[in-house]
Amino acid sequence: MREPTAARPRARDIALLCVVAWAVPGAAHLWLRQSFKGIVFLVVLPLMFVIGIALQGRLFPFEPASPLVALAFLAELSIGVPFLIAEALKLGAGQVTAAAFEYANAFLIVSGLLNLLVMLDAYDVALGRKPRNPPGEPR
Amino acid sequence: MPSHFFLMIVFALLVSLVFAVLVKDDPRARLRFGAIVFAAFVGGALALGWLMYPLPL
Repeated sequence: MREPTAARPRARDIALLCVVAWAVPGAAHLWLRQSFKGIVFLVVLPLMFVIGIALQGRLFPFEPASPLVALAFLAELSIGVPFLIAEALKLGAGQVTAAAFEYANAFLIVSGLLNLLVMLDAYDVALGRKPRNPPGEPR
Repeated sequence: MPSHFFLMIVFALLVSLVFAVLVKDDPRARLRFGAIVFAAFVGGALALGWLMYPLPL
């Protein structure tokens, strides 16, 4: 049986939480006072993105004519602000002859996809579907 | 330039860490689940690598 919650969060708060969760990995969990989870996501996901950029991975453009490229773009966009910063700094041109090019793309794409899972987790916690104070989190 | 094997280990480590923190709440369960996911990543990659070793025929 679901635990009773003090007050059901407003739709606007939930929407804002999702935007924060997308923009900064782990920020939504910090907002929800799940500090351990938040710090892990805040460190690990941008680190994966940075590794991908450092290994000369590519930030894919949005090309609807090439569905796989468009999907890769959406996956990379899901990491939020780090993607926007890298785009603004003209990083991620991609060096297809680099020895670790495919690994770099895997790091970039998976960091974004993991952030989508993190967003869903924060959404579930905010709605009360998951406990706010699990045993692994300091009170 | 780090080796591909090293990059695979780093990738598996980071992804299994995120999965463990995301899926489990208890610290011991996190450690166990993370270790299993990490072993599955690395073991699966090595197994697939050996399976593909004779290719192309």
